[in-house]
Amino acid sequence: MNIHEYQAKEIFNRYYVSTPRGYVASSVEEAVANAQKLGGSLWVVKAQIHAGGRGLGGGVKLARSIEEVREYAQALLGMHLITHQTTAEGTLVQKLYIEEGVEIADEFYLGIVLDRAQEMPVIMASREGGMEIEKIAHETPEKIIKVTIDPFIGFQPYHGRELAFGLNLPKEEMSRFSAFAKALYEAYRENDASMVEINPLVRTKSGVFVALDGKMSFDDNALFRHPEIVAMRDYSEENPIEREASEYGLSYVKLNGNVGCMVNGAGLAMGTMDIIDYMGGEPANFLDVGGGANASTVAKGFEIILKDPNVKSIFVNIFGGIVRCDRIANGILEATKMVNVHVPVIVRLDGTNAKEAVEILKNANIKNIISATDLSDGAQKAVAAAKGALV
Amino acid sequence: MSILIHKDTKVLVQGFTGKEGSFHAEQCMAYGTQIVGGVTPGKGGSVHLGKPVFNTMKEAIASTGATVSMVFVPPAFVADAILEAADAGIELAVIITEGAPVRDMQRSKAYATKKGMKTIGPNCPGIITAEECKIGIMPGAIFKKGSIGLISKSGTLTYEGANQVCKEGFGISTAIGIGGDPIIGLSYKELLAMFEEDSQTEAIVMIGEIGGDLEIQAAQFIKEHISKPIVAFIAGQSAPKGKRMGHAGAIVSGSSCTAQEKMSALALVGVHVVKSPAQIGKKVAEVLNK
Repeated sequence: MNIHEYQAKEIFNRYYVSTPRGYVASSVEEAVANAQKLGGSLWVVKAQIHAGGRGLGGGVKLARSIEEVREYAQALLGMHLITHQTTAEGTLVQKLYIEEGVEIADEFYLGIVLDRAQEMPVIMASREGGMEIEKIAHETPEKIIKVTIDPFIGFQPYHGRELAFGLNLPKEEMSRFSAFAKALYEAYRENDASMVEINPLVRTKSGVFVALDGKMSFDDNALFRHPEIVAMRDYSEENPIEREASEYGLSYVKLNGNVGCMVNGAGLAMGTMDIIDYMGGEPANFLDVGGGANASTVAKGFEIILKDPNVKSIFVNIFGGIVRCDRIANGILEATKMVNVHVPVIVRLDGTNAKEAVEILKNANIKNIISATDLSDGAQKAVAAAKGALV
Repeated sequence: MSILIHKDTKVLVQGFTGKEGSFHAEQCMAYGTQIVGGVTPGKGGSVHLGKPVFNTMKEAIASTGATVSMVFVPPAFVADAILEAADAGIELAVIITEGAPVRDMQRSKAYATKKGMKTIGPNCPGIITAEECKIGIMPGAIFKKGSIGLISKSGTLTYEGANQVCKEGFGISTAIGIGGDPIIGLSYKELLAMFEEDSQTEAIVMIGEIGGDLEIQAAQFIKEHISKPIVAFIAGQSAPKGKRMGHAGAIVSGSSCTAQEKMSALALVGVHVVKSPAQIGKKVAEVLNK
């Protein structure tokens, strides 16, 4: 789960990770009032969307007067901000964050993620603040200082020294930087974050380290113990079909092709997309209906897939294990009575009682339900049907 | 022979009396697995599915001599179950539960390793030695006994792969679903080494997916240590970047975790990589009948 910058900074502040002062606004008037409340003569008006690359996309503006704050707020609120991480249509800006301006002396990058190979969190720091970390990692990996934290010992003073010396910080700044990094690590660990990133982290002219930006995402499996983070979820940032699917326990991801896929199991669901691609077609989605595929989950699956107007055929690929294929076949027939399926449905059932299942589908004799003999046959037929080459 | 488990392996179930635990323990017993009892705190002294229930793992092991545990407890209690099993001296814990927090797995896996306990999973179908012992939730009937070892991150692709192998007239020695979470127990490297040593296993099927770099690590390991033929399929070749595909760990975030990268790393060390998941069985036949 992802949250907005202003929410990440709320969490930062609870851990004494310093940020500039700021207030969130949903209207131009509120933005102006926030700027007045902050005082001073320099403000930053920042569009609050989950996608990265907001600065380059024109979603972060420096205002030197209250009038400019008003102007930028007017321009940003309600616009569809396009960055390299959004869709081509961009994301609607519904909230702004108004922050006091900061006099920057130096910029850094500081982030924490799970190092899957070492199975521990890794803190990454770099002097290349403001640049995309993946790009630095790819082009100049030596510019990233990495320190892994063994959860049994936690963040120790020597971790802070490794980071600070690695960044070539002057000795008098070492303890301040170390305290900052330790606070960020605690915010990451205690909230079950899967990623936290400050880019840029700046040192102000008065020598204070401040998180100019803030990004956090969380381990979905741990949300049950963080109701306060669940409360930060912004549904408008999520694809509405993906969200609806998740409410029914279905895992759905929209793609750009026209062959709808309904599969049990995430691995086989990816494999099904791959074989459609391999056969010269394009998958319209990833959809895992889970282990207990029955009439109502299959019906919901059809409904979700058909919300995508590009879908020209549906490939139902189910490997029946503990749930027998004959029961799934009956489920599919029932589901077609519950949902109007107007495109050809190619059904491949294999595993326990597969033969009986094929008989059930054959005897039902429904025009747009086509049985496939195996995985290849099913994928081939689904691709052909999407091209209108199969009646 | 086989790897890790066989017909005499004694198994305890953690979360024995729950709905999932009961259903699958019964299925395992029907398959022939020596389920010798289970643990449900507070229900010690009772009998479930004809087997004794214990309050703690220490009691359960002392009384049954079990060496393997099958874990079905809810996600919030997975770490505690692993720690208890490791502390009580279990040799292998198979964690079926889906949804364990990553932070809990960091801690509990590190402790298990320290105690010398192997783990499989979490969020996996388990392990099966064909026609001998099943510890998990896979449909036992599709696994005919034979000479192919199978390692897979995905549940249904494990069944798919095993089914294809058996349809080609071969069979399975041991099949392991290692799970697709960011932190998992035994992985390709360790299991490949075990299959290399196993006299029953002639060839290995390896099924991977996008995310992480376990397959890349496996490729380096294969180059130096594995002489048996390997057939591999990597799921997610057509997955978009930055989108999580069902499994918590199945996400492309850098270049080293794409399917293409993994496929070429494996092909480079002589692994027979197939592009379509429908070719797994045929490729095994082609390689072994050469």
